[in-house]
Amino acid sequence: MTTSTIVLGIVLGLAAGVMSGLFGVGGGILFVPTLVALGLGQIEAQATSLLAILPTVAVGAANQHRYGNLRPRTAVIVGAASVLGVEFGARIATSLSETTLRRFFAVLLFAVAIQLVWRATRARARYPDSS
Amino acid sequence: MRLIAIGIVAGIFSALLGVGGGLIAVPLLVLFTQLPERVATATSLGAIGITALAGVVAYAYRGEVNFEYAALVGLPAAGGAFLGTMLQQRIRTQHLTYGFAVLLTGVGVWLLVS
Repeated sequence: MTTSTIVLGIVLGLAAGVMSGLFGVGGGILFVPTLVALGLGQIEAQATSLLAILPTVAVGAANQHRYGNLRPRTAVIVGAASVLGVEFGARIATSLSETTLRRFFAVLLFAVAIQLVWRATRARARYPDSS
Repeated sequence: MRLIAIGIVAGIFSALLGVGGGLIAVPLLVLFTQLPERVATATSLGAIGITALAGVVAYAYRGEVNFEYAALVGLPAAGGAFLGTMLQQRIRTQHLTYGFAVLLTGVGVWLLVS
């Protein structure tokens, strides 16, 4: 790893974290492009993103548990069931080409952008004086 | 039974795209379990911890996880998320949200052409 990669990684990681907290989106949709920008391939970036989100998720989940919003039993059932889906998803992802996977990811970003605009516009229609 | 189905769908989505899966789990929880949105979001965070860990194991087994890069990006991000959540309580994010949506669209276009 070169010094410029380290500096860029820290800056982009910090920025991705701030934005995920600020806009209530998961870190993954920002980490994958960040890791691609740092030179990783699409599948490696996605796999690495799953590890990179863990510290943020752990801090967030602990905070939400303290606020009393997190239902541990539901979380464990959904999480345990997801393990089955994960193996299936990883098989699909590794069977696709890097280009196809990257296109899927781009579509995901567009979908999140549309959802954010829709949510913000709806909130504004409901509370017109708050903007 | 519903929770198990939601978990499986979120797991596929998460491993396929390298994201937590909250994007799909939160609306499904709100729709099918009558949990309020705030509770659904918080609960999905707990589930994502397990989902992402399973994803790391599945991909590490295939040799695709880069541990150095995960630490390089993930550790500053945890600090950043703490800061972002604090800022969210203090400033109105509505206008910023539009800018963020434009940024995401730009990143998507960059991925398509790169």
